[in-house]
Amino acid sequence: MTTVFDRPHALKDVSLHYCPGCTHGIIHRLVAEAIDSLGIEGRTVGIASVGCSVLTYNYFNVDMIQAAHGRAPAVATGVKRAYPDNIVFTYQGDGDLAAIGTAETVHSAARGENITVIFVNNAIYGMTGGQMAPTSLPGQITQTSPYGRDVKTVGYPVRVCELLREVDGAAYLERVAVNDVKNVKNAARAIKKAFQYQVEGKGFSLIEILSTCPTNWGLTPDKALGWLEDNMIPYYPLGVYKDKYAKEAE
Amino acid sequence: MAKLTFKEDLCKGCGLCVKFCPKGVLALAQERINAKGHHPVEAKEPENCIGCAFCATMCPDCIIKVER
Amino acid sequence: MAEKVLMKGNEAIAEAALMAGCRHYFGYPITPQTELTAYMAKRLPRMDGVFLQAESELAAINMVIGVSAAGKRVMTSSSSPGISLKGEGLSYLAGCDLPAFVVNVQRGGPGLGGIQPSQSDYFQATRGTHGDYRTIVLAPDSVQEMVSLTIKGFELADKYRMTTMLLADGTLGQMMEPVSLDAEEVVTFEKPWAACGTGMKRPNNIINSLSLIPEELEQWNLTRFKRYDIVEENEVRYEEYMMEDAEICLVSFGITARVSKNAIAEARARGIKAGMIRPITLWPFPKKPLLAAADKVKAFISVEMNMGQMVEDVELATRCRKPVLSCTRCGGVIPSPDDVMTAILKANEMGGAAK
Repeated sequence: MTTVFDRPHALKDVSLHYCPGCTHGIIHRLVAEAIDSLGIEGRTVGIASVGCSVLTYNYFNVDMIQAAHGRAPAVATGVKRAYPDNIVFTYQGDGDLAAIGTAETVHSAARGENITVIFVNNAIYGMTGGQMAPTSLPGQITQTSPYGRDVKTVGYPVRVCELLREVDGAAYLERVAVNDVKNVKNAARAIKKAFQYQVEGKGFSLIEILSTCPTNWGLTPDKALGWLEDNMIPYYPLGVYKDKYAKEAE
Repeated sequence: MAKLTFKEDLCKGCGLCVKFCPKGVLALAQERINAKGHHPVEAKEPENCIGCAFCATMCPDCIIKVER
Repeated sequence: MAEKVLMKGNEAIAEAALMAGCRHYFGYPITPQTELTAYMAKRLPRMDGVFLQAESELAAINMVIGVSAAGKRVMTSSSSPGISLKGEGLSYLAGCDLPAFVVNVQRGGPGLGGIQPSQSDYFQATRGTHGDYRTIVLAPDSVQEMVSLTIKGFELADKYRMTTMLLADGTLGQMMEPVSLDAEEVVTFEKPWAACGTGMKRPNNIINSLSLIPEELEQWNLTRFKRYDIVEENEVRYEEYMMEDAEICLVSFGITARVSKNAIAEARARGIKAGMIRPITLWPFPKKPLLAAADKVKAFISVEMNMGQMVEDVELATRCRKPVLSCTRCGGVIPSPDDVMTAILKANEMGGAAK
C-alpha cells in the first residue's frame, strides 16, 4: 500500500472554520501542496488578509502575519524586501484584493514584487454576511444588492486578471476554478507554478481562483459548484492572462 | 486494492466527496452524527474503490487519506 | 572636539536612522518632510538598503509592518495628513506588538491645512487611533536632538516592542544647524518572535492582532499595558530650564520651547522669575516634575502651536493646583517671544492656588 493522497505537511492538522463545502479548504490544501512539493516550508512567510480567510494564520505550518484589510501585498512587499530569499505569499478574497486593496494590488504588481498572490474570488463578501463584492455578477442578489446588482447604479464587476494584464510588472497571471476535479488539478498546477516562479525570482504572480460561497449564495455545496460553472466561468474566463516566461517553458 | 481512511470528526458532511466519487463508494452516514454534529462520510461500498482520490481532491477539510 | 556638519533637520533624522542601523525606508512625498524621503532615496540603495516610494502613506505603513514583523529595523515619515493615513497601520503595529519608528513633521491643519509648521497633531500622537495603546512620542527642539532622539527612538521601539514617534514640526524639519554625527551607542535586540521563516527549526511564529475570544484579547491588552507601565517608570525625558527659583513655569516642546527660552530671558531681565519644563517625551509625559513644580510656582503657561492640546496634559499632571494659561498660535504661525511675553505678564499678575 502506498499513500496516494494525504494532508500536506504545510497544512496544519487542525479543523478549518470554513462552512461545509466552502472551497477555501481546497485552496488552502493546494497552497500547502505547492509549498511541500517545492520544499520551501522553512523559508515561506504567509500574509493572511481579512475576510472569511482571516484565520489563515492558524492553518499553515509557516510563519504568518495578519495584515489589515487590503494591505497584504504591501505587508508582503516589506517582508520580501527585507528577506529576498523568503518565499512570501498573500491569501486574499475579493473585497480584500479588489475593493479596499486595489491600490496595493495594482502597485505591488507594477513594482514587480517577487511575491505570489492567491486571490479567492467568490463574488461575495462572506465573512460579514454576504454583501456585494466588486466581483459580484450583474443581477446577483446580495445583502447590499437585495434587488440584484444593478449595473446602472453600481457599475460592473471587476475582472482582476484582465486589469493586471496591462501592468508591465506583472509576470504571471492565471485564472482557475475549483468546481470539479479537473479544474482543481489544474488550479494545483497553476498555484505550484506561481510559487515556482517566485523561487526562480521571476516576479509578481497572481492566481485568481473562482470559488464558491454556499452559505451566502443560498445553495448547497454541490449546487454552488454548479452555480460557479454556469455563471462565474462565462463572466470570468479561465486561462493564462499573462506569462512573461511562457516561451522559455516551451 | 485501495483503502480510504477518514478523519471522521473533521467531516462537515458537505457531500462533495460523495458527488465526485465515480464508483458510488461513499455516502453520508444518515443514522449517526460526528462530534461536530454533521453526518460524516463513510465508505458504504469500499470494495469498489479504485483509489482515484477524486474524493480527497474535492474534500475542503482534508479528511480523506487514500492508499493503493 | 567633535566635528560638526551643517545639516537640515529632515536630513539629519534620516542620517541618524542609518546610524541606528535602519536599512528599510518606505515613504511618500509630503511637505514639509520630503527631504527626508529624498535623502533615503539617495543613501539606502548605496548601502544595500531598501528604499521604496510607496503608492500612498497607507501602503508605506503596511510595508513597515512587513519589515518589522520580519524582525528588521524600519521607518517611515510623513506630515500630519499623511500620519492620519497611517492611522490604521499604527493601531495594527500596536496590536501586533511590533517595533517601528515613525516621523511626523507637523504642518497646519486640520484637513489639507497648510504647509507651515504646527504642533496640532499632539493629541493624534499621544492618544493614537483606535484601540487601547500607547506610543512613545519624542519631541526634539534642535537638529542635534533630532539625531540623538532618532537613535534612541529605534532602541526604545525594539526594547519595548512598540512604535516610537518623532514629533517634529516644519521649522525643525527645514532648519539647518551644526550637528555632530559622532557614532552614538547603538543598542540592538534579538527578535526570536519574528516571522522570517521557521528554517524548519522551530514552531511557526504568528504576528497577529485579532482575537475572537474576549478574555484572550483582554489579556493581550493587560500584558501590553504592563510593558507600558515599565516605559512610564523608566523612559520619561524632560529638560528643566531656570526652574530652581521659578515662580512661573512655562511648558513647551519643539520650536516653541526655543521661542519660550527667548521670552524667559526677556522676563528675567524684567525681574520676572520665569522658567520652563520642556517635555522631551510627550508620552510618557513628565508628570512628576510638573506636579512637584505645582507646589512652588504660582502659574503654568502651556505654549504650543495649536488650539490648546498639551495644555490639558499640563492641567492633568499638575492636578489643577495652580492656574494653567494657554499661549497658542496656529495655522502655521509660530508664536513670537512677544506672544509668550504677553502670557508671562498675565501669569505674573496671578497668585495663589487655582480657582
